[in-house]
Amino acid sequence: MVLLQSVCCCGETAEPDEKLEKVKAAIEQFKTIKGALIPVLHEVQDIYGYLPEEVLKVVSTELNIPMSEIYGVASFYHFFSLTPKGENVIRVCMGTACYIKGAQGLLDRLSTELKVAVQGTTEDNKFTLEATRCLGACGLAPVLTIGEKVYGRLTPNDIPKILKEYN
Amino acid sequence: MKLLTDLEAIKTLTEAKLSNRQITGVEAGAVGYRSVMVCGGTGCTSSDSNKIIAALNKEVANHGIEDKVEVVRTGCFGLCELGPVVIVYPEGVFYSRVEVKDIPDLVEGHLLNNKPLERLVYEKTKADGKINNFEDTDFFRKQNRIALRNCGVIDPEVIDEYISRDGYKALGKVLMTMSRQQVIDTVKKSGLRGRGGGGFTTGMKWQFAADQDKHQKYMICNADEGDPGAFMDRSILEGDPHSVIEAMTIAGYAIGADQGFVYVRAEYPIAVQRLMKAIKQAREYGLLGDNILGTGFKFDIDVRLGAGAFVCGEETALMNSIEGKRGMPNPKPPFPAVEGLWGQPSVINNVETFANISPIILKGADWYSSIGTEKSKGTKVFALGGKVVNTGLVEVPMGITLREVIFEIGGGIPNGKKFKAIQTGGPSGGCLTEEHLDCTIDYDTLTSLGSMMGSGGMIVMDEDTCMVDVARFYLDFTRDESCGKCTPCRVGTKRLLEMLDKITEGKGTIQDLDDMERLSNTIKNASLCALGQTAPNPVLSTLKYFREEYMAHIVDKKCPSGVCKSLISYTIDPELCRGCSLCARKCPSDAISGKVKEPYVIDTVACIKCGVCFDVCKFNAVAIV
Repeated sequence: MVLLQSVCCCGETAEPDEKLEKVKAAIEQFKTIKGALIPVLHEVQDIYGYLPEEVLKVVSTELNIPMSEIYGVASFYHFFSLTPKGENVIRVCMGTACYIKGAQGLLDRLSTELKVAVQGTTEDNKFTLEATRCLGACGLAPVLTIGEKVYGRLTPNDIPKILKEYN
Repeated sequence: MKLLTDLEAIKTLTEAKLSNRQITGVEAGAVGYRSVMVCGGTGCTSSDSNKIIAALNKEVANHGIEDKVEVVRTGCFGLCELGPVVIVYPEGVFYSRVEVKDIPDLVEGHLLNNKPLERLVYEKTKADGKINNFEDTDFFRKQNRIALRNCGVIDPEVIDEYISRDGYKALGKVLMTMSRQQVIDTVKKSGLRGRGGGGFTTGMKWQFAADQDKHQKYMICNADEGDPGAFMDRSILEGDPHSVIEAMTIAGYAIGADQGFVYVRAEYPIAVQRLMKAIKQAREYGLLGDNILGTGFKFDIDVRLGAGAFVCGEETALMNSIEGKRGMPNPKPPFPAVEGLWGQPSVINNVETFANISPIILKGADWYSSIGTEKSKGTKVFALGGKVVNTGLVEVPMGITLREVIFEIGGGIPNGKKFKAIQTGGPSGGCLTEEHLDCTIDYDTLTSLGSMMGSGGMIVMDEDTCMVDVARFYLDFTRDESCGKCTPCRVGTKRLLEMLDKITEGKGTIQDLDDMERLSNTIKNASLCALGQTAPNPVLSTLKYFREEYMAHIVDKKCPSGVCKSLISYTIDPELCRGCSLCARKCPSDAISGKVKEPYVIDTVACIKCGVCFDVCKFNAVAIV
């Protein structure tokens, strides 16, 4: 068992952290370009699903950018999340076309069915419910996405059936 | 590295293949080779067009007709409402809402036995038992596709197909035969104005940057399409990414830049992936890099992903974002053309603007300026959405009327409802009414009516849309997207939203209307950037054209469209109720009671107005009052 653990330079043992290695590789890739912070944050979010504080500290050291500035940038953009999300992220499009065609009804129904507020995560960590900016699939309005899958031309009555797919 | 002669050779080779992708009027039985075009835009991909392509390829292989059929994944055809869309050439049969399970029938019927699959053929193309050319339908007939010229015609991931459609020919012409000033003069003369919202003359912008005597300059493409309901930039990047790359290179030559950036929304994964692939292909062909077409001209493009901030559509905010900072705008002057990205002269143009450049270079400024109105030249792509039959993407000449777009191309309002308003320009624009339907669409007319062209979102609203709620919706958006740098926008939009909330809750006063108007004008006049300067437009335009709806909310405490929850209640019509108990079982707050087979009753105090009963009732017995 001891053999499987890697030994850190300070003498302490640490679990090999694949995700962190990926982040470091990404930092290495972007380090030389101007304005590297946002591309790096995109990579971190891709790898972890959100921006964990410990990882941002690594980014801060490697890119030589203070944490305060990283926090300023990370909190400015909607795309970045500083908190972890549920297993399935449900995004209800709140673009105008979807809104006019009843997206609010979908959001309300999801909120009732899942017993969770918008932008919240269910207690069992299964779903995060988000209202999102226009997804550009206006021809299918109203639209929601769960992970990569897109559901279009919906009515609130379709919600229970969709949720069942993930139970 | 390719030279101009190499491109010509590629064109000749690929042209033969592409010549089949048009309607030739050949009898179905006599067709030797067919092109099956499947839309691979975001809309159709969302309804599984990738699986349709896989199924098509499989069936074609099963029948052993690979040498007689090509299956092509293209960009957007425009008629997103009917997606997933499949078009079969040379007959030009337009199939709508195709599903994977239909593919065996389609391949066997049409491709093998020359009998188009009637049940999937677009209704509007059927007449007298015949299937007609889809280009003659109302949706396509009035369109003039310049920016979208290659969308739906070529496979966007194959550079040779772009080249065969005169791709990179304009770049060759510019680098070999034109001076920088000649390029700028041509674009100026064409009258092309920015398609991203501002409407500034593109050639002038280029001139300002070209006049700067600096070593380093940047050419930036704004693909941060944040307007909700607008998706033309995404469709161009998905359907014809090389047109943007070519135009950026031409622009880079004109202003003297050797580096370009495309700032694109991270929410557009397909567009990003196709753009990256296109850049890679262009580099391999030496159409980007150190010695383009052997002329010694150097230019390259990098992609930067946006991160979901609407304000980054503003050019100085966008540049801050590329620099890795919070995307907040700077005061102008200095204008980006003088002091832009990293302090260097920079030009920012929108995707659709770029998509017009190569045709202008090839066909000339006079040809382009012959289309459109006196001050708005060329065509404009609109994303038609909301309560309209044909939602989708349309490219029409400037100067067309709103009525033509909504009722002829768009097919009017679905379900026999009445037209109420059209919203143009997204959160920066305004709502226009029935009396404006015959106004022409151009930059100046729309602005004079209190709306704007914006990036080209066009949302149709019917009698079920509450205009106060729409204004509230937009203000909620701009309040959320305000970057917070300047007070009028940061605080003003919040106060404006609070007043709108009050009105939609039935707590508004007539004084609020005056206050809203005054505050709106302050925000317009005092905000730092265009986001704040235009944020009150949805409020001002609805106040102007739909004042009676505000009055109904304030005085009568009613929402005439039945949208604002605080002002409506649900009741069950005892005449229509069959006592099936479905509503009572679905009600989340146990507010509905009654006996099976007898009319049910809603307890209005316990009711949370979620509308579930209204949605589930099969007998239309639940009514909004």
